[in-house]
Amino acid sequence: MRVWKFGDNIDTDAIIPGRFLTIYDPRELAKHAFEGIRDEFSSEVKTGDIIVAGKNFGCGSSREHAPIALKGAGITMVIAESFARIFYRNAINVGLLPVVCDEAGSIIEGNSVMVDLTGGYLIVEGEKLPIEPIPDFLMRIINSGGLVEYAREFEEVPVCIASHQ
Amino acid sequence: MGATIVEKIFSMKCKKEVCAGDVVMAPVDNAMIHDITGPLAIRKFYEMGGKQVHSPERVTMLFDHQIPADSIGAAENHVYMRNFAKEQGIYNYDLREGVCHQVTMEMGKAAPGEIVVGADSHTCMYGAGGAFATGIGSTDMGFALKFGALYFRVPETIRVTANGSFQKRVGPKDLILSVAADIGADGATYKAIEFTGNTMKAMNMSGRMTCCNMAIEMGAKAGIVPPDTITWDYISRLRNIVPFPLESDNNASFIGERTYNVTNLSPQVAEPHNVDLGVDVAKVAGTTIDQVFIGSCTNGRFEDFVEVAEVLGNRNFSDNVRVIIIPASRQEYLKTLRAGLIERFVTAGALVEAPCCGPCMGGAFGLLAPGEVSLSTSNRNFKGRQGSTGASVYLCSPATAAASGIYGEITDPREVE
Ligand code: SF4
Repeated sequence: MRVWKFGDNIDTDAIIPGRFLTIYDPRELAKHAFEGIRDEFSSEVKTGDIIVAGKNFGCGSSREHAPIALKGAGITMVIAESFARIFYRNAINVGLLPVVCDEAGSIIEGNSVMVDLTGGYLIVEGEKLPIEPIPDFLMRIINSGGLVEYAREFEEVPVCIASHQ
Repeated sequence: MGATIVEKIFSMKCKKEVCAGDVVMAPVDNAMIHDITGPLAIRKFYEMGGKQVHSPERVTMLFDHQIPADSIGAAENHVYMRNFAKEQGIYNYDLREGVCHQVTMEMGKAAPGEIVVGADSHTCMYGAGGAFATGIGSTDMGFALKFGALYFRVPETIRVTANGSFQKRVGPKDLILSVAADIGADGATYKAIEFTGNTMKAMNMSGRMTCCNMAIEMGAKAGIVPPDTITWDYISRLRNIVPFPLESDNNASFIGERTYNVTNLSPQVAEPHNVDLGVDVAKVAGTTIDQVFIGSCTNGRFEDFVEVAEVLGNRNFSDNVRVIIIPASRQEYLKTLRAGLIERFVTAGALVEAPCCGPCMGGAFGLLAPGEVSLSTSNRNFKGRQGSTGASVYLCSPATAAASGIYGEITDPREVE
């Protein structure tokens, strides 16, 4: 497992440039992830690797190709100080785990990182770093294995149900 | 405790009182898909076991990012979507009408109090029409297609108040670039931005669209201008609708309030490679440019081209610059054409293309080579957004783009006689 570190404001154009958006196959998309931004990523990334970034990861375009490309590259989890809203939701929908951790900046490449979602922390080199809890309604989607699996269970949904988080 | 306009919209749609922080499954009044994110949304719809789209008449489908098809892949996507439209009874504007957000607005698909989603981040533009409108990914869109509804977390609202009148050749784009620089690229994440104040009240629909369009550049879920007579006039020309009052209560709770005075605002330019790097034009004036792009959902309307023509006068664009002008829609194109402006632009040396996204997303034509510099009236200047990651994109208003196109370098439009 390798940690790939990125800075603040990594946008979805950087994750997967516009000219590759006619591609849908996750592994094909993965070949162009971070192209021109971090060229060694696509050739060196391995299944189980993790991305660690600063603030506002995934800002910009709503393209779901971005989390799909990262998942296709074998990335299992993105840890960031904060996420752009659409990316966060897209990631959960496609089964790429986004983890919000204030102290993401202290993680360095080469660290071993594990996550305990129920406990609400990361274990980085044996030390616990607190993470932000994932809202209940998104946890239900994660537990179903993504929004597609979740949605397959129903023919219709009750509109207007509300719950205070 | 009063309610914000956004809380009121969700309460109205959900037929129960909801407030910021609540998670609701709300009905969707309209869902927009285009040629980039649409094919994936359709696949997700099928993977979810979808057979019949919940409300085909509430789906807006069109192609704008890669038209006419610029690759075989794009052509295949278009065919895939056309077939889906036929199968599902969805009306497809295909490549005839122009850029998704402009078309959604001018077809009257986003009205005050409605909830509209689009598989595109700049869907927040429809807040100019008093709707709660937000960009979603393709899987969420697949869900909305199947169920006609979607989960939303009702957002808190930041109120942005703009007062004062603009100087000549300064306008809505300069305002929103300065607001983005102040709030920052993630300063409004998960929140809605409500735009108020006498500057907004005096602003036409085109300017309001420019402002709401860029709410996402601060991370916002939606931008919204409370509907007034300007909004109701616009929407009632497009469809049968009875105006009703819709605004935040005086005692509503806002998570942030910002006030700006535009009276002394200079033209703003966002430096590469982030939208929140807006500076006064004086700081970057003199920067040599290779390409000027005037268009996009942010600034591709007739009002924008009137600004361009006013600055341009009888001059020509510099031989050292490629000026690409693209109206955002067929209707805006026709207005510009009938006013004689297209002829003026072509005479001045510009390349005028048919309505589409053009170089905005770097997916089709007008790409930049490494080392090149572009000045663009669109909404994003991320590294690689308009071509090579070695190129630089500056963002500005139509007036600044026109002035700079004349001199081949970034120029304060107020200095052009
Ligand atoms: S014009 Fe640009 S920002 Fe607008 S929809 Fe097209 S690609 Fe997106």
